[in-house]
Amino acid sequence: MVDSKKYVVAFLITGLIFGTAIMASNMLAGKKVEDVRSIEDRVALDILSSETQFALLAETSCRDIGPGFLSKELGPLGEKLSYAENSTSFNEEDVDSLKRSYFLLEIKDYLLMKRLTEKCNIHPTFILYFYSSDEDQCEDCERMGYVLTALRDKYPDLRVYSFDYYYDLGAISTLTSIYKVKPELPALIINGKPYYGLKTVEELESQVPAIKLLKTATSTSATSTEENE
Amino acid sequence: MAEFQTIILYCSLFISLFFEVFLLITYLEVRSEIRRENEWLSRPRPEALNPAVTIVVPCFNEEKTVRATIESLLNLDYPKEKLSLVLVNDGSTDSTLEVLAQFKSNPQVKILDKTNGGKHTAVNLAIENVTSALVGCLDADSFVTASALRKIVPHFEDGSVMAVTSSIKVHEPKNILQYIQKTEYSWSIFLRRMLSSMGALYVTPGPFSIFRTRVFHELGGYREAHMTEDMEMAMRMQKNHYKIVNSHGAHVYTTTPDNIRGLVKQRARWTYGFLNNAFDYKGLFFNKNYGHFGMFIMPIATISIFSSLFMVINVVSGWVQRAIQIFNRYQVVGFNGKFSWPSFDWYFVNTGVLSLIIALAVALTLFILYLSIRLADGKFKFHRGILYYLFLYTFMVPLWLSKALFDTIFKRKVSWR
Repeated sequence: MVDSKKYVVAFLITGLIFGTAIMASNMLAGKKVEDVRSIEDRVALDILSSETQFALLAETSCRDIGPGFLSKELGPLGEKLSYAENSTSFNEEDVDSLKRSYFLLEIKDYLLMKRLTEKCNIHPTFILYFYSSDEDQCEDCERMGYVLTALRDKYPDLRVYSFDYYYDLGAISTLTSIYKVKPELPALIINGKPYYGLKTVEELESQVPAIKLLKTATSTSATSTEENE
Repeated sequence: MAEFQTIILYCSLFISLFFEVFLLITYLEVRSEIRRENEWLSRPRPEALNPAVTIVVPCFNEEKTVRATIESLLNLDYPKEKLSLVLVNDGSTDSTLEVLAQFKSNPQVKILDKTNGGKHTAVNLAIENVTSALVGCLDADSFVTASALRKIVPHFEDGSVMAVTSSIKVHEPKNILQYIQKTEYSWSIFLRRMLSSMGALYVTPGPFSIFRTRVFHELGGYREAHMTEDMEMAMRMQKNHYKIVNSHGAHVYTTTPDNIRGLVKQRARWTYGFLNNAFDYKGLFFNKNYGHFGMFIMPIATISIFSSLFMVINVVSGWVQRAIQIFNRYQVVGFNGKFSWPSFDWYFVNTGVLSLIIALAVALTLFILYLSIRLADGKFKFHRGILYYLFLYTFMVPLWLSKALFDTIFKRKVSWR
């Protein structure tokens, strides 16, 4: 009485649609991982290039260092990784491996920045931001992330290096022990000084001398631009 | 817990997709049958073949619409001597009886007046004295097109057909809600036609379903049936292997709720009625003797109530989470943070398995909607109701599904109005 063939056909077609969706999703996630990896490769190359340029500094002067000395792609790379971390369509192992490379690239970039600061006597501002992606361990980290994004948008010269405090990576542990970062997240290290807990943009601008300086510099340059016009 | 939720979500999507695929396969199977049926019904038929038909119009406080309902019946393209109307006033408290009285001189019309007892009692009273071969019912807020009966009666040439249902459309939609229902009714026309071919119709709607009179003699009259007597009658007929078919060309227009409260109340009653009647006829579920009706349609119609609710709750909870994120962001950076448009980098497009399956299911729904409108109106014509339906309907459904479930679980009594 029941045409079971029809059910089998409908089941197979539905299964095919599901299978296609799973395959397409995996393929696209793979492409996205490749995309992130290629950015990481470019950042690594940028750092290598900067390091080489830095090594040559002994023979040249700090004036030869152009604006593109440090990689500009660390920020977008971080955004993409953060998206991958919160999305279920990525393979966890892939995301983990990308995160590991990202943190190492950040540390290398940070070290290069520090050496440049010492050698050329410049005062760039950089923030080491320690967070946890586990909301139970840091319920304010999401908000702190928004604050730092807003701050970076406001001051493009500001470099923010973010690290998952509990991530199993020796270099991060070394970093936290150097700066004696306590597990009171979110934690910020600005010019070697630790700041714990959620801070708004206004609080950072008023309490942190380095950011205050950035604010003054930005408003002075904006005023002089207006005057020139 | 999250994993369990994901599994349920995948299962719900699989079932929805399976149902859509099944409908499309059925459509491919029956489209030539539909074409042949259209040709067959448009051919002139000898008047002698037309049996006598009685149409019962139960009325309770329908003073605004009942005149047009009766006039539409009197204008039916059908031999006058073979068509009679029984108008039953079910204890109306408005001027319905006076409106009915204006038709008492018409030889085709008979008027009955009784104390209020519910729609099923009004129809049963009328059916008791019906002698014609066919008897039908038309709700007093619905209007038939002139050719409706001529598109229904020929189906009874097949001796096994015991009831024929019509295609219901929305009468003069005026606001967004009624335009949404217009699209939804087109979808129902398609669904009923497919269910008809599967022998799985589970409702003989109040707006113009025609029966062989002997159905009532053999199976008994209408019952209260959780305020959905038309659903119970169809289920009882299915239980007794009485064949019900649909005539998609027989168009009937019905007045639909024009506000959300009325709509939720009506749909909650339908869903509540389905759930409770399905429970009363649970013996039909997964019973091979009842073909597609028992093995597929009844179980999937029941499951879909829960799965639709689950899927919409999931979507809404996703939106709530996003809203909380935006609120958190606003709390700490306000509008000082640079406003950023959603990124158009393909990387940020959600290409998760779930999103892709939902996209495919939506595409399939759109295709079925296209077929539905073509079947309902003869051709596809875009109207604003389609957009309203696509963007709003999904989020209205949980309102009545949850109300119906709540009423069922807590055995709350539902009412018509």
